[in-house]
Amino acid sequence: MIKFAPQLINLFATLILLLSFAMISQRRIVSLINLFMIQGAALVAASFLLGYVTHQPDLYVSGALTLVLKVMLIPWMLYRMIAKLNVRWDVESLFNVPTTMLVGIGLVIFSFSLALPISRLSDSLAGGSLGIALACVFLSFMMMITRSKAVPQVIGFLSMENGLIFAATTVTNGMPMIVEFGIALDVLVGVLILGVFMFQIREKFDSLDIHNLEALKED
Amino acid sequence: MSALGIFSQLLALVTALLLAPLLTGWVNQWRAWLQNKSAPGLLQPYRMLHKLFKKESLVAEHASSLFRMAPYLIFGCMALASAIIPTLSTDLPLSPAADAIALVGLFALARVFISLAAMDIGTAFGTLGARREMLVGFLAEPALLMVLFCASMITKSTSLTAIVETLAHRELAIYPSLLLAGVAFTMVSLAENARVPVDNPDTHLELTMIHEALILEYSARHLALLEWAASLKLFAYSCIGLALFFPWGVAEANAPLALVLALPMLVFKLAMGGMALAMVETASAKMRIFRVPEFLGTAFLLAVIGLLVNVLLGVG
Repeated sequence: MIKFAPQLINLFATLILLLSFAMISQRRIVSLINLFMIQGAALVAASFLLGYVTHQPDLYVSGALTLVLKVMLIPWMLYRMIAKLNVRWDVESLFNVPTTMLVGIGLVIFSFSLALPISRLSDSLAGGSLGIALACVFLSFMMMITRSKAVPQVIGFLSMENGLIFAATTVTNGMPMIVEFGIALDVLVGVLILGVFMFQIREKFDSLDIHNLEALKED
Repeated sequence: MSALGIFSQLLALVTALLLAPLLTGWVNQWRAWLQNKSAPGLLQPYRMLHKLFKKESLVAEHASSLFRMAPYLIFGCMALASAIIPTLSTDLPLSPAADAIALVGLFALARVFISLAAMDIGTAFGTLGARREMLVGFLAEPALLMVLFCASMITKSTSLTAIVETLAHRELAIYPSLLLAGVAFTMVSLAENARVPVDNPDTHLELTMIHEALILEYSARHLALLEWAASLKLFAYSCIGLALFFPWGVAEANAPLALVLALPMLVFKLAMGGMALAMVETASAKMRIFRVPEFLGTAFLLAVIGLLVNVLLGVG
């Protein structure tokens, strides 16, 4: 078990990266939430495994926090939100998926080359995953930029947070507990506030397209 | 080149030729079951081939010699391809003839000839099918190459037998890059074998067809050879997948006993693979033809990321 631990963590890292790419090319909002849920589950598995191998009970707590928040509570809130907003079966027209994917590859290469010298210095168990975590952050960031609807943007934001937590977990074996709790609470409050925002946007413009916010006044 | 080597080579070829229609029948049977239909018998493809070989062959009036030649050439390509993929044993005398790159070339050669033959007659359907086949092909080939390169990077060789030998006899290790390559390979093989998200193998005379449009003008023994070649292609792709991602149970050189065990192992793995293929086909809907580049582009990018992950994480 211990022998395979670094390989397994690398496997989870790759899975998280794969899911990030799947999110970029996903058009349906429901599937997007499902993908986000699976990504959270992979993150939880990686934290538990790392906690078990390095004998750090902190990581169990961090993993449990992720499990409750990102695999259960936030997806449930998002499901309810899209049901209420009546955008459950919405299909978003993405602009040119192959181009986005190519840019994504560029981001992956960039973050891998950025992380390679750093991970050589690290003596942590899965230092190699830093590049992957960084790539996930960039990819989610790009997703937030390219999407025009509000719900996918929120999911991009949450998935970026997944990438950050993963980077912190694998490279430094977890942040101090107080920081961990703080971030978790921030994310929860963030989702709540963004939910309120979404209802407001919909009420005002009759759609969730945030391009409507670019004009200062109505023509 | 030992006598055993020649024997295992012949055995691999005969196995491929005989098992390929069975695999097609197996996949069709499972697909019918999953869709709540009564399935055709497992031996239906053999009956079909038998029937077609007995019939008189009709060729269009304006067909050139290329049209007559193409089925034999395509069948030859597919037979050679399935002979050089290590299915039962890695001791294959033919294997130095073509490495992973030449294997992709063999598939490309077959594709060029089937497209030329389809355009040769000059019917609208043939030309349409040929153009679509090329559209799928030019995106699928680089993706397949990248998948094979992923395995090559791990094993440091492009020879298929060397890849399988290294993968099968190493210490058990988890390669994250192979996960990405596996997803990419699944997508490519669905597209290359004219399976559901890209093409529907059941349709006939529909505007969406690709593979059926290419062989519309063929009859009797030519058609039989092409159908057999299509089965061989499916068999070859399944075997590449098994060789790269589930390489256990393949016999080495000078191990006659392992060769005996390799056959049931192969049949078992193919049966599982066929079931999985039928499930994928039943679960997914056919996509629009203009979504295909997106689908295959994703496969290509996944394979490239597999290569990159391999560089970043190293082996093991």
